[in-house]
Amino acid sequence: MTSTPVLEHGAEAGHGATPPHRLGTPTVAALLVGAVAVACVLSVVVGARSIPLAAVWDGSHPLHNISQARVERTLLGLAVGAALALAGAVLQGLTRNPLADPGILGINAGASFAMVVGLSVFGVSELRDFLWVAFLGAAVAAVLVHVIASVGRDGATPMKLAIAGAALTAATTSWTTGVLLVDRQTMETFRYWQVGTIGGRDLSVLLTGAPFLLVGAALALSGARLLNTLALGDDLARGLGRRTAIDRIVLGVAVVLLAGTATALAGPIAFVGLVVPHAVRALVGSDHARLLPLSALGGAALVVLADTLGRVVLPPSEVQVGVMAAVVGVPVFLLLIRRGRSGSGAL
Amino acid sequence: MTATPTHPGTGTSRLAAAGLTLGYADTAVVHDLDLRVPDGKVSVIVGANACGKSTLLRGIARLLRPQSGAVLLDGEVIHRQPTKQVARVLGLLPQNPVAPEGVTVVDLVGRGRHPHHGTFRRWTSADDEAVAEALTLTDTLGLADRVVDELSGGQRQRVWIAMALAQGTDLLLLDEPTTYLDVAHQVEMLDLLAELNARRGTTIVMVLHDLNLSARYADHLVALRGGRVVAEGTPREVVTEEVVREVFGLDNRVIDDPVSHTPLVVPVGRHLSATNQENR
Repeated sequence: MTSTPVLEHGAEAGHGATPPHRLGTPTVAALLVGAVAVACVLSVVVGARSIPLAAVWDGSHPLHNISQARVERTLLGLAVGAALALAGAVLQGLTRNPLADPGILGINAGASFAMVVGLSVFGVSELRDFLWVAFLGAAVAAVLVHVIASVGRDGATPMKLAIAGAALTAATTSWTTGVLLVDRQTMETFRYWQVGTIGGRDLSVLLTGAPFLLVGAALALSGARLLNTLALGDDLARGLGRRTAIDRIVLGVAVVLLAGTATALAGPIAFVGLVVPHAVRALVGSDHARLLPLSALGGAALVVLADTLGRVVLPPSEVQVGVMAAVVGVPVFLLLIRRGRSGSGAL
Repeated sequence: MTATPTHPGTGTSRLAAAGLTLGYADTAVVHDLDLRVPDGKVSVIVGANACGKSTLLRGIARLLRPQSGAVLLDGEVIHRQPTKQVARVLGLLPQNPVAPEGVTVVDLVGRGRHPHHGTFRRWTSADDEAVAEALTLTDTLGLADRVVDELSGGQRQRVWIAMALAQGTDLLLLDEPTTYLDVAHQVEMLDLLAELNARRGTTIVMVLHDLNLSARYADHLVALRGGRVVAEGTPREVVTEEVVREVFGLDNRVIDDPVSHTPLVVPVGRHLSATNQENR
């Protein structure tokens, strides 16, 4: 948003003025849109049984029903992936912690715990109720982590947030396990959900979650400017006329909506919220006006690709997307860490 | 009280504090303090560590809500004015700001334009001009496309000043803008601020550690001790052996700075005074 004709040729030639980001934002955007398109096509075509793309729109095709299921699955993957990456990007900006992720800050663990309690104690079975329970868990976890981290004069520093998140994750995870140990039936339902999967859910699942995702995404995307000022530190942001407490609440609501819905729809899928914003930041820099939408694209592509890959790595069984996202995400993360060490890069 | 506090009587002051008490939780750090910041001048707040000078600066920048008393901007209580409107008049550069990772100089400086944007207003050519001017004034135009993390300490500090300038405010508050800079860069930084004050008439209030540089660059000096003003006025009025002893608890001599002819404090440490006496 800030590059200007006046300044573009301002860099001195002899200054070793390397452009900080090798690819331009339009190139990265085009590549990511391409990746999403390729992921969608593969996700429909590839599986235990390959089907031609034509089956999707040819109602009389014998494989039309399978193709419909795959389309629904792909749509869910797109939504969940975009939501997780967007939530991660917002959270990293909000906490000024490059390692922030709905998983690390206890939000996923809170949603999981709430859902186990909902299943076991209150007998929740409707998806809509599930969503509310997951939100409640995510929101309570987010608020708790923030309150715990805010104790002390220096307030909620990135370090204290990460520690509080790790502690709360550890606590809620053990409570979740505790509930599951004494309740076999809940465990059966929960086990599958816990790994993270987008298969076998029909479109109504996505439609139930869609309004929440849309509101969350709208809040997040319109918060780019807030994040750009918050990234300068609280004193500077307030000096620039922001009400940081209100900004934090708005962005926190966005994260809870996005991460909570994604978790309720597909289970806790780790790494997407962490890796994708990191990779995108390394490519286009730290302006949230670019970072947020491109992260959403990257997350959508990653989850759909990981899910497709999960269908073919161990035939005849399927590896759930939660596992595959980590399998794909870890090498990317290691690469980013290496890049960060060798130069000015990502970490 | 060892020096008569001389208020900038005739000059106007848009920024002032009246009966200001500031603190954290229930401990007060700044007590019932009155201050008038002279317009168009460079004011410097000095004092020992933990005397409340940074707290005072944060207080007059509206980052701390007063426990009692008020900060007045243009005659109105600053906390009752819309914060974004205040940000168009009053800029703040905190101590040791941290740049977001991977941010370029031009992007960072551009973020100083935030208070001039409405909720939906886009970047305009006025913003471009303000950023270009800020980069030129701070001699950072050549660094525009560099990543801030890669710059040297002196360059980075000039970039932060550029950001504060891009905000285009009449008043600029800076908390120890020379920390972590070597002496040459400290002088360069203070020269830059003095130039801004001279060229643009920007009112500058800063907290500084170095008493001699403060005496050289300040039009108006405020000495704090225990959250109270001990002395206030021109450097010559404030920097006396008595005041320095009272404020810093330091035995000292004050001589004439051969370059600027402002007061120059020469500390007398225990070690050297003992040796001197032996030699005599």
